[in-house]
This record gives sequence, structure tokens and C-alpha cells, in this order.
Amino acid sequence: MSHLELLTFARGGALNWALMLFVAGCVLRLFEIFGLGRKTDLAKPRASSPGSGWRTIYARSMPGKSVLEHEPIIYISGYLFHIGMLASIFFFAPHIQFFRSFTGFGWPGLPTALVDALAVAAMAILVMLLVHRLYNPVKRMLSRTGDYVAWAVTLLPLLTGYLAYHHMLLEYTLMLALHLFSIELLLVLLPFTKLFHAFTLFISRWYNGDIAARKGVAS
Amino acid sequence: MKHAQQPDLLTGTVGEGLAQHGISRREFLQYCTSLAALLALPPSMASAMAEAISKARRQSVIWLSFQECTGCTESITRSHSPTLENLIFDLISLDYHHTLQAASAEAAEQAREQAMKDNYGKYLLIVDGSIPMGNPGFSTIAGISNHDMLVETAKGAAAIVAVGTCAAHGGIPMANPNPTGAVPVSGIVKDKPIINVPGCPPIPVVMTGVLAHFLTFGGLPEMDAQGRPKSFYGETIHDRCYRRPFYDQGKFAQSFDDEAARNGWCLFKLGCKGPVTYNACATTKWNDGTSFPVQSGHGCIGCSEAKFWDAGPFYKALSTPVSATPSMLGAAAVAGAAAGVAITWHNRSTKAKAKAEHEKMTVQDLSRENK
Repeated sequence: MSHLELLTFARGGALNWALMLFVAGCVLRLFEIFGLGRKTDLAKPRASSPGSGWRTIYARSMPGKSVLEHEPIIYISGYLFHIGMLASIFFFAPHIQFFRSFTGFGWPGLPTALVDALAVAAMAILVMLLVHRLYNPVKRMLSRTGDYVAWAVTLLPLLTGYLAYHHMLLEYTLMLALHLFSIELLLVLLPFTKLFHAFTLFISRWYNGDIAARKGVAS
Repeated sequence: MKHAQQPDLLTGTVGEGLAQHGISRREFLQYCTSLAALLALPPSMASAMAEAISKARRQSVIWLSFQECTGCTESITRSHSPTLENLIFDLISLDYHHTLQAASAEAAEQAREQAMKDNYGKYLLIVDGSIPMGNPGFSTIAGISNHDMLVETAKGAAAIVAVGTCAAHGGIPMANPNPTGAVPVSGIVKDKPIINVPGCPPIPVVMTGVLAHFLTFGGLPEMDAQGRPKSFYGETIHDRCYRRPFYDQGKFAQSFDDEAARNGWCLFKLGCKGPVTYNACATTKWNDGTSFPVQSGHGCIGCSEAKFWDAGPFYKALSTPVSATPSMLGAAAVAGAAAGVAITWHNRSTKAKAKAEHEKMTVQDLSRENK
């Protein structure tokens, strides 16, 4: 199989299955989570605070002062990593073209050099966070295989994308195919690992804010 | 062309042939300098090349055309440095070529057989077109199947040049569903050095450059894993493209012939396959260095790559799916929802069952336990 054939498979059959498993997996997990339901709260809310859930989504997405003071490097790294990763996914012109093929519309991309720098920052932070996880006894004890798998499948698309763009290590066509395979691995695993926080993050923040408000701790 | 009436041309050296045509040594050195540049050799090699070529005997070449469109021959007739005339009159003895030879029918086949006999083990075999394996009758020449003619002619060849994507990789005949069971030359001949010169068609100077290399050095140039000469197929179209800086800046043409396309912005979004296509179009260009497809406003279709015809639509960006559709994702969402409903029903029934089986504990039960 030539490298181009491998790339065609990565863009074709493999991608189709990965995307379908991703969509089906995400919908399944959301049904599962919402389907669990909650007991009807018969108590009268302590405070009427409409919009508390939404405010909590915002408030907990902003840097919290106490946490920032306690673990500044980890906290800032978290922000920088997510900014770098999201910019690489959504603002690199070839990626925008990918989304356009499904949605029919696109948006302006960032200059490649900037995306490149942000991707490097995201990768460096991932490595740093892994080292921290391994050296910090508490975090090491709390970490399970799933945490390391989630770390690896997050790093691989960034790394292969970077190597492909810079024509490093392997021939470009082959590296591009590997880049796509790594994304496909991420897509398949995302709904069934901690990476599903990409979807549940704001749901849980909204719920926490809303339930806290009913109990009298409105945000 | 080899003719029975011109034995002196066949046996003489290239130098003698040049003298016969009144070509001066100065002109010949200029020619060798351009050849050296083409082959990415230092200018100092030009005189050594001139020496080697002028002393060499004119190389016997047999050109076999199988399942092809004659586009490769059309292309090589446009070669400008060296020109095809240079080649066939001064450097090689083109003993057999359907389109270019004057002889026909039995005389043509005799010319091939004679050349094979006279130059056994020394002639260069050029093949364009793929070979049908589904049925020998799909493509025959003088009643001989392509397969048999290739095997027979390859036996006495010093080396084989597979010209064009069909001969090098199977090309369009081999594209899905491959109705003739087409294979490239390398699918049949295993015991001879094969140099692949893919392209649909290949760049004329790439074809003639490879021949010139063989004549000069008496062997094959340095090749990559796919048997392609590195000097021409070492880099992608994208890497040497004059539109590349715009790719780096994120500036793309949105449609053919829009303002951006005319200003030289990158054609990636319009489906250009330059990033995955290894060829020299962006550097040697076509038509005497005039232009190449990307320069004329059309994205590269990757014609020199194996399986290029089956490598996704020409007009879809390389980063987009080949065949995934929104409806496919919609179906996946429906399947996910159905599975989600089933799991929810299962979870709820487990919960209801646990609730039903729950036995309430009373104060009496507790006091019994204390006793």
C-alpha cells in the first residue's frame, strides 16, 4: 500500500467510521447521563435565583483567585493548553476547510505561524503536566490508566500534525495519514473516556450552579 | 530510427554522429551544461559528460506502448532540452516505437526483434502503459499479448524505464474497478532494474533527462523507495510552489479565477494535491519552462502518484473527508440515540427493580438486631 493509498483510507473509510462512532458515542453518553434523571425536589427553593446555572458556567470558567494563588503554574497551563489546542483545531485553515465540508460555512483562520506556536505551547504544556503528574505523589496515586491514555491520544494529533506540517521524521504523505489516524483514535475514545468533559463540562457547571441556588447559595 | 540502410549510424559513437550532423564541440558542451543543470549536477561535470557521451555508442532503445493514451509520447515530443530530435538523432537509436517509427506491420516487429538480437543485454527498454492481466486479448500488438511482449523484450534489456503513471503505477487503467486487471511494469518484471518516471504525462525534460543520465553514466540515477529518480521526484509540488508563501500566511483562493487566485494565493482549498505529490512541475515547468498547472490557476491533481485516480475528488481540499456526508453523521446520531434510549430504559428498570425490592426497616427490626 502506497502512502497516498494509506492517506486515502485515512480520509475515507477510516474517517467515516471514526466520525460515526464519535457522533453515536456522544449521543449515547448524553442520553445515558440525562436519562439517569433526578428525584423531583419537593422542597421550596431557599432563594429564587434565575440564571444561577449560567452564571456559574461563566464564573467557574474564569480564573479563581484562591486556586490561582495555590497552584499558579498548573492553573495557567490548563488555560494555555486549551487555548493552544482549540486554536489548532478550529483556526488552522485546512481544519476550517474540514468543518466547512460538513457545515457549509467557514470562518477566518489564523496565520499558520501563530497556530504553529500555539500548538507547540500546547504540546510543551502537556509534557510538563505529565511530568508533574508523575512526580506529584498525590496525583500519581490518583492517576489511572485512563488518564494516561487520555493524555496520549490528546498529544498524538498535535504532535503528528506538527511533524507533518514541518516535514519532520517521516515523509509528509505518511505523516499526514498518521495525523488523521491519531485524530480518528481520539474521536473514537473521546465519548468513552474522561475526554468527554468536552461535552459534560458546561452541563455539570450549570447543574451545580442551579442546585446550589435552590439550596440558597446563588452565584 | 533504425533502418537497414543506415548501419553506420547504429555502430558509430555519439561523437561521430554529432560530427556527421555538423554539431560543433562548443554547441555540444553547451548542451551538456544544460543537461548537467537538469540533473542537478555541478557545472564542472559538463565536460566529463561531453567526454563520456561522445565516446559512447548510440544507445539502442526499444519503446513499448501498452494500455496507454499516447500522452507520454505527445509529451516527450515537446521536450526542449534535450529535444526529442537531439535524442533520437544524436544520442540514441530508437529502434522501435509505434507512433514515431516509419515502419509498420511485420517490418516494425522485425525491427524490434533485430534490435533485441543485435543489442542483447544492452538495450534500454522504455514502456508506457499498463499491462492487462484479466485477458491477454484486451491489448495485443501484432497478435502478441502485452504481457508476453513485455516478458520477451525485458529479458535482454539492460534496464527498463517505466514512463508515465500507467507503466509506473498502473495509472488510470488500474483505477477502481480495474476492468482489465491492469498492473504496472514492476508487477511483472522482477529481475531487471526498473526506473519509474510517473506523471500523466511525465514532464518531457524529466523523461529525456533520465535517458540522458543513463547514456552519460551508463546506469540508473539515485532513486527513492518507489523507484523514482530523486533529482526530479525528491520534493513535493507544494514545497517548491511559488504560491506556497500564501499557504503559510493562511491566504487562499476561494474559487477558480477569483481575485485571490489571480494574485497567486494558494489553491489548497480548491483541492490542490500539491502537498502530497512528488514531482518537478513547480521547478522545471512545462512547455519550455513556461508554466505549470498551479501557475495557470488549476490545483495539482497529483497525477504522478500511485492510485491518484482513486485518491478522493480532485476538487475537495486535502484536509476534507473523501466520502463522509452529513447524512452519514445524522444516521450515526440516530443510532446513538436509539442505543441511548435502550441504555436509559435498562438503567431505569434496574433502578425501579431495586426500589421494588427494597425492604423498609422499622424500629422493631433495629431493636431485634440489638438483642
